[in-house]
Amino acid sequence: MAHIIPFTHTNASGGLPRLQRAKQNPALCPLPLLNHRIPAGFPSPADDYIESGLDLNNYLVRNKAATFFFRVIGDSMTGANIHDGDMLIVDRSVEPKHGHIVLAVINNEYTVKRLYCQNEVVELHAENPAYPPIQFREHEELQVWGVVVGTVSKFPV
Amino acid sequence: MPTNPTNKTNTERQVFALVDVNNFYVSCERTFNPKLENRPLVVLSNNDGCAVARSNEVKALGVKMGTPWFQLKDLAKKHHIVALSSNYTLYGDMSDRVMTLLREFSPHVEVYSIDECFLSVQGMNLLWPSATQLGQTMRKRIRQWLGLPVCVGFGPSKTLAKLANHIAKKQLAFEGVCDLGSLSAEQIYALFSNIAVREVWGVGSQISAKLEAAGIKTVQQLRDTPPAWLRTKFGVVMERTARELNGVSCLALEEITPPRKQIISSRSFGQMVYKRADLEESVASHVSTAAEKLRAQHSVCNAIQVFIHTNPFREQDPQYANSITVPLTCASSDTRLLIRAALFGLKRIYRPGFAYKKAGVMLTGISAAALVQKSLFADHALDEKSARLMAAMDQLNRRYGNQTVTVFSTATQKPWSMRRENKTPCYTTQWNDVPVAYAR
Repeated sequence: MAHIIPFTHTNASGGLPRLQRAKQNPALCPLPLLNHRIPAGFPSPADDYIESGLDLNNYLVRNKAATFFFRVIGDSMTGANIHDGDMLIVDRSVEPKHGHIVLAVINNEYTVKRLYCQNEVVELHAENPAYPPIQFREHEELQVWGVVVGTVSKFPV
Repeated sequence: MPTNPTNKTNTERQVFALVDVNNFYVSCERTFNPKLENRPLVVLSNNDGCAVARSNEVKALGVKMGTPWFQLKDLAKKHHIVALSSNYTLYGDMSDRVMTLLREFSPHVEVYSIDECFLSVQGMNLLWPSATQLGQTMRKRIRQWLGLPVCVGFGPSKTLAKLANHIAKKQLAFEGVCDLGSLSAEQIYALFSNIAVREVWGVGSQISAKLEAAGIKTVQQLRDTPPAWLRTKFGVVMERTARELNGVSCLALEEITPPRKQIISSRSFGQMVYKRADLEESVASHVSTAAEKLRAQHSVCNAIQVFIHTNPFREQDPQYANSITVPLTCASSDTRLLIRAALFGLKRIYRPGFAYKKAGVMLTGISAAALVQKSLFADHALDEKSARLMAAMDQLNRRYGNQTVTVFSTATQKPWSMRRENKTPCYTTQWNDVPVAYAR
């Protein structure tokens, strides 16, 4: 356990000097007006052209308040370049449309699939021939949690 | 032409909205776990003590706010109630998102609490066919973007907006939005005559008992009571409430939160604590939390109070409670100095042989760091160094997570740490905690 120093006001200069009466005409004590360093030399010619660096958030996130991240498990979407371990960027403010990659709630789990809805037919399609589409009949409800607007993967280096 | 002083034009009239998330903590948990939908669910307070949020299913079972969890266990087993520990990291992030979203509807916003927000929509409401439609748009958007259900109340004063929100929440016919401005005088009379006076904002249980004793039982009765009489009997605050109920806006929107005048950090222990060393670690961690908040509002404090007490509910145990205020020679926000002062105080009030339940600290004498009178005898070069060190520490803790760098040994999980046995992941703030999307 750490050693605890008792609480005393530590003052570097031990005892104080005795106070004396102030002098009538003290000697002038000029103080420097500028005590900051002034950089010398020429300013950078690029000064007026500096822009802030590129931020991946700006690139990937359209609406910060409505955007959430999910981690992918599984390989049913490899055809859409969504791989196991990737990070999904899900935007709930986007209205889901035919052709969007969406995050749907199936059997109380979040599932990523491509939304197919044409001519009264609603299906969720995998992007991997090993997985059949999920079909919805007339009275069944498809719950879309959000629309996938991007994906990020990191490679081992 | 006769002029009526109360008959202001539409644009002059104040319009406030109060937006409130229904069962906020429960709703946040449901957004990230579809299994919790339609299931009875409670969120428990720190140390899993009592129910601080209840789903509608749990409310329907008659469970009151603040019911201790141990009293609920039988009911929970019978009705399969799910109990979660509170996950304030998640609720804080979702709250920020709600407030960000609401700022799109009006530039004048007062964040009133983690799940409530006042907006001045004066003028803004004219962009919409009606205030009700503005409210429905807010409701729909918060539901879609964040998965959270909200209710919206509109009124010409903050007190009326709050009451309108209560009506929107309790009366299903309003579909979650109640605009008092759209109702006739008769409709309002009928509504207010059926709402108990204790539902009015700022009327606590003690005052409502006194009001009821004076024959003022409903909101309408309070509204009809002459404000001057209320002032003599109940003080100026109640007079103002009555005026607000009559549509005279007396309380302005507080868009900027004033810096706090005192900062408290304290918590009950997960289990009893006996040793001074353990109390010291707990006090040091509370000082760290409080000092970080102090620095975040660019302030310094000139005194720190330390308090400890045993569990007053365990009457069989010997009881002890004490507190001490330690003044500082120079106002400071340096965690190291504050911890030293707090431990100095703790040493003086600690008595061995007691089972301690709670410890905490309070920073007082808070003022803006920029306005502090410097001490004649202090070494100001050290001030500069201290400020830089604390800024670096705060930055590290923000970037790499709380308690990455700490003063004293406050970092690791201690036996006295909070009990949070059923806490959900920090879905929105930790990369390791983000929810899973299955591709199979």
